[in-house]
Amino acid sequence: MNATTPPAKPKLRVATTSLAGCFGCHMSFLDIDERLLQLLELVEFDRSPITDIKHCGPCDLGIIEGGVCNAENVHVLREFRKNCKVLVALGACAVNGGLPAQRNHLDLRDILEAVYETEGGLAQGAHIPNDPELPLPLNKVHPIHEVVKVDYFLPGCPPPADAIWKFLTDLLAGRTPHLGHGLLHYD
Amino acid sequence: MSEQNSFLLDGEEIPFSPGQTVIQAAKAAGKYIPHLCWHPDFAPHGSCKLCTVKVNGRFGSACTTAATAGMNVDNRTPELDDKRRTLLQLLFVEGNHFCPSCEKSGNCLLQATAYDLGMMSPHFDHFFPDRPVDASHPDMLLDFNRCIMCALCVQASREVDGKNVFAMGGRGMRGRRVIVNSESGRLADTDFAATDRAANVCPVGVILKKRVGFAVPIGQRTYDKAPASIVEVVK
Repeated sequence: MNATTPPAKPKLRVATTSLAGCFGCHMSFLDIDERLLQLLELVEFDRSPITDIKHCGPCDLGIIEGGVCNAENVHVLREFRKNCKVLVALGACAVNGGLPAQRNHLDLRDILEAVYETEGGLAQGAHIPNDPELPLPLNKVHPIHEVVKVDYFLPGCPPPADAIWKFLTDLLAGRTPHLGHGLLHYD
Repeated sequence: MSEQNSFLLDGEEIPFSPGQTVIQAAKAAGKYIPHLCWHPDFAPHGSCKLCTVKVNGRFGSACTTAATAGMNVDNRTPELDDKRRTLLQLLFVEGNHFCPSCEKSGNCLLQATAYDLGMMSPHFDHFFPDRPVDASHPDMLLDFNRCIMCALCVQASREVDGKNVFAMGGRGMRGRRVIVNSESGRLADTDFAATDRAANVCPVGVILKKRVGFAVPIGQRTYDKAPASIVEVVK
């Protein structure tokens, strides 16, 4: 290292998580392919399914995939909101509940009974899991903005990698993210 | 075009013939005014309010306002597009618009208009309505949770098909909806046919043909190829 090298710009800290998600938004994120290496020069990851960090620390950016379907989702979401300066709802589920919210017109007990008690092929005496270790499902699936304030929404199921890249590079450059025709998708 | 037969739309001179509405003259001139319930073949319904413009400084629906000489119409201003986004958000939360599993996705005017106006989120809390699907008809399916109450099906069935299969019923926020005009309320008990105009006029994913969903590859659907602002003026 020579003396004229300027000190490295501090990297932005980014946390990501999946609540009632399918991990598809994370996969679409990884679909930015080798641009991930470019991104890693600008950011470092805090809690995320791709790191081993168990709790979200102070971060510049929090990216949430999935809606809110159980009690643990609420705790994680609040932890992210508390620690992240900017919170992004990534994908249809986080934005509006997504396809999991199609259970919202069904009775929760009926669903659990159908799956754990009356469905064919279950062992004798099968019952709805009741260990306190398991988070209780909420009556309805909610978009994350019904629980915490959300700064930006990036729709899509999943959002295309190019949309995620455009969105992140806009955001990291201090611009309001803007997606044009072909990048903005709800499906 | 003589001067008395034109008006200004976003500062551009638009010719019109007497009797035309603002949106008719605009479309004829290749100018897009966002709209959902208006269809060039039918009388204006005036329910969606997406075509709200400012006529000489006052809000008015472009689909019901007659074009008059020398009027000054604002259309694609940040203020009006902002209000349009809000109207779209209200429509999105009022129904179950789960685009990822809807076979109308990519061919849906509501969705395409929301893309065009850059709607990033529904913003409001969702209603998650529970209106039953009517799958009684052998060839057609009705999912009323996606209905935007544009009433195009009502008009088409009455005026083109001469069948009167659909009607608007109920009142207010949760009550008002399109109903099927048969004693049982079921589509199978009407003379509705897949070839009816009413079967092909729904701008969203309510009135669907059975067994033909997801036939068009992604990238080739109507609004994949061009945004609503282009498709709606050339069609």
